[in-house]
Amino acid sequence: MSKKGVTRRQFLNYTLTGVGGFMASATLLPMLRFAADPLLQTKQESDFVVTDKKISEITSEPVRVDFAYEQTDGWYSSTVTNTAWVYKNEKGEIVALSPVCTHLGCMVDWNTNEKYPNKFYCPCHDGLYTKDGKNVEGTPPTRPLDVYTHKEVDGYLALGKVKPREEA
Amino acid sequence: MLNRIYNWVDERLDITPLWRDIADHEVPEHVNPAHHFSAFVYCFGGLTFFIVVIQILSGMFLAMYYVPDIENAWQSVYYLQYEVAYGKIIRSMHHWGASLAIVMMFLHMLRVFFQGAYKKPRELNWIVGVLIFFVMLGLGLTGYLLPWDMKALFATKVTLNIIESVPFIGEHLKVFIAGDSEIVGAQTITRFFAIHVFFLPAALLGLIALHFIMIRKQGISGPL
Repeated sequence: MSKKGVTRRQFLNYTLTGVGGFMASATLLPMLRFAADPLLQTKQESDFVVTDKKISEITSEPVRVDFAYEQTDGWYSSTVTNTAWVYKNEKGEIVALSPVCTHLGCMVDWNTNEKYPNKFYCPCHDGLYTKDGKNVEGTPPTRPLDVYTHKEVDGYLALGKVKPREEA
Repeated sequence: MLNRIYNWVDERLDITPLWRDIADHEVPEHVNPAHHFSAFVYCFGGLTFFIVVIQILSGMFLAMYYVPDIENAWQSVYYLQYEVAYGKIIRSMHHWGASLAIVMMFLHMLRVFFQGAYKKPRELNWIVGVLIFFVMLGLGLTGYLLPWDMKALFATKVTLNIIESVPFIGEHLKVFIAGDSEIVGAQTITRFFAIHVFFLPAALLGLIALHFIMIRKQGISGPL
């Protein structure tokens, strides 16, 4: 018996552990992959959405541009409206800022609070951003507003993905 | 009649010792409010459990009408609250019970902390208690989204932003919990529903069982 190295008891233990492990993983692995699916799905790059804002109409004053697009959420498709704050900076370049406060995701508004003229103001926790979207020090946001990628389509403004900016 | 049924079962399964183990034991004097009124502080753990039972029961009944779907969730909650008999009572039990359970649990934790009842040999039970605390917070968090009103939606957006700020794995964690990298929508509500109704209650019951088994094994901590 001792020559063989493996006792009957050990052999049965190993076999049962192996079979048990196989059965447990065969049950659990598909479930884990099932639950983690949103993590592993590859998303196609979203296309540009053409807004109804003419490039020539954009001034140096930020204006709110709403634009609608088809959004797919799993099995549910719907038309969603998104917002951008658009203006031309001193160099004449178009800037399209995301209105989502970088603090906790509320919507900022341009020049609506009398106390803070010509600032992007977030009503939730008094977050402030200057016109170029930079967060004002001493207010809750820790980084500037995100920017939309944008291009011109037949004289109209088209907006693409939202890109975060590093501290500028 | 009842006695005869009990005897019939007991004769076959010998359940009396089992019953003794679970329920038939003395309450020490120092935890009995009838002896020292200040001993009411020992009630908070039991009250937490009592409310958890109410939560599970009222939740089971709410699930008879509730639909975890972005088109129908709010409507179904409105319907069960205003159109169904006693709907307001059942939903209120679940709504207020949720907050009260957290309050009671916190008071229970304070009592254990300030009496030093977590010390050796009860460290493991403290750890299990902290896990129960997290599970209860998770239940509150996931349940908050389910009525699918504005408050629920934006509270969840804030929560997901906070989750996203976890170092290294934050973004993945957010997608895993929300079901989508950007949208708080159809996949989020079904996920939160599954977590709220199946995963966390299962975890909670397991942890509570451990909590209670350890109390019975070690006994309640002595007088101060």
